[in-house]
Amino acid sequence: MSFQVMMQQLGGGLLRSIEIFALTLLFSLPLGLLVSFGRMSKNRVIRSIVWIYISVMRGTPLMLQLLAVYFGPFYIGGLKLGATWRFTAIIIAFSVNYAAYFAEIYRSGIESMPPGQYEAARVLGYSKGSTFFRIIFPQVVKRILPSVTNEVITLVKDTSLAFSLAYAEMFTIAKQIAAKETSFMPFLAAALFYYVFNAIVAFGMERIEKAMNYYT
Amino acid sequence: MALLEMNHIRKSFGGLEVIRDISLKVDKGEVLSIIGPSGSGKSTMLRCATMLETIDAGEIWYMGEKVAWVEPDGRKVYPKGEQLKKVHSCFGLVFQNFNLFPHYSVLKNIVDPVVHNQKRSKAEATQEAMELLARMGLADKADAYPCQLSGGQCQRVAIARALALNPQVLFFDEPTSALDPELTGEVLKVIRSLADLHIAMVIVTHEMNFAREISDHVIFMDKGVIAVEGSAEEVFKAENERMRAFFGKLNH
Repeated sequence: MSFQVMMQQLGGGLLRSIEIFALTLLFSLPLGLLVSFGRMSKNRVIRSIVWIYISVMRGTPLMLQLLAVYFGPFYIGGLKLGATWRFTAIIIAFSVNYAAYFAEIYRSGIESMPPGQYEAARVLGYSKGSTFFRIIFPQVVKRILPSVTNEVITLVKDTSLAFSLAYAEMFTIAKQIAAKETSFMPFLAAALFYYVFNAIVAFGMERIEKAMNYYT
Repeated sequence: MALLEMNHIRKSFGGLEVIRDISLKVDKGEVLSIIGPSGSGKSTMLRCATMLETIDAGEIWYMGEKVAWVEPDGRKVYPKGEQLKKVHSCFGLVFQNFNLFPHYSVLKNIVDPVVHNQKRSKAEATQEAMELLARMGLADKADAYPCQLSGGQCQRVAIARALALNPQVLFFDEPTSALDPELTGEVLKVIRSLADLHIAMVIVTHEMNFAREISDHVIFMDKGVIAVEGSAEEVFKAENERMRAFFGKLNH
């Protein structure tokens, strides 16, 4: 196999990795906020359920969760899902897992806000919803950005776990080529791709952090 | 008709009764100062009046309307929704540590509540905010962020922010306690100018000379009760032992 063909195949895998990455962020960031509300809920039942959910998501391997989501419908419900189920299962497993981590990050940010901000907002006539979305949340975002960057970078590398469902993302393809060609080259190339992907992500996050540095 | 009336207020925190049956009244254009040692319940009284704390007994009236009270069976009745909005629009509160919104510019801190909560036009609100800032001597700081200002400047912005909503009565919770003497002076000057405009104010403060000079009515609180009250003259001359001891320590 020529170098060019290998790069083309890896490139195709990279696009699929990026797809997993982008969709996971798209779903897990808002879902995580919702989960953090549940985690801080005054209702004990909701709080306990969410606590268990976060505990399981953080306490078991993501690879196992991927398998559980993918095979669960068949083994539990006898459902035979179509060809697109593989990708859907990956996105569900990743989103639900990352939402748990993001929820805890949101919670740390929300709970670090001084009560005076809520009190000032209340006295000035802001409703509860406006207080959160106009006053509290923008400040929370600034506070949690470094932790979010950490998770996002981890996600880039975690997309490779989709190989466990034999989904043709970059790592799966690198493994296939390496086995066929009995060469280590594909792994080195994949490593470089992951590194560059992450460098771009880190650069972007840094830019966002800088853009929020207009106040302290 | 009094702007604010609080009758037989009680408030406890975990079994500790911080306010024991206090009543007070604020009339139009009146300046009321609440003084006394730390832990006497001054700030709690203010937080009850502004509904940041719920009362355990008594009733609160704004503009001749009973807005919050405790039923004989202990049920607390507090305004909600539109009613709460109406009550909130009666008063403004200036905090000890300002509580400006750090992610908003000075101008937006003042304009946003007016536009978003009182649904007034942005152009009108901006013009009024600029006039208020000019009055506070901060016209050139409109585009600055709170972190770029001194404590005294922050507190003046906080006062402007409260005034922009046109409250009937303005509460100050130790407005200069976080400031050095110089910055204290500039904030007191602003509050004094508001007194000259006959804006009703309730001021919790440790600045005794200021309270004496500016107040129509003074309350000296101790251990959750009103120990002495009356005109500034009367209170500062009163022979209450606890108060004399408090003032005595102040002068050393």
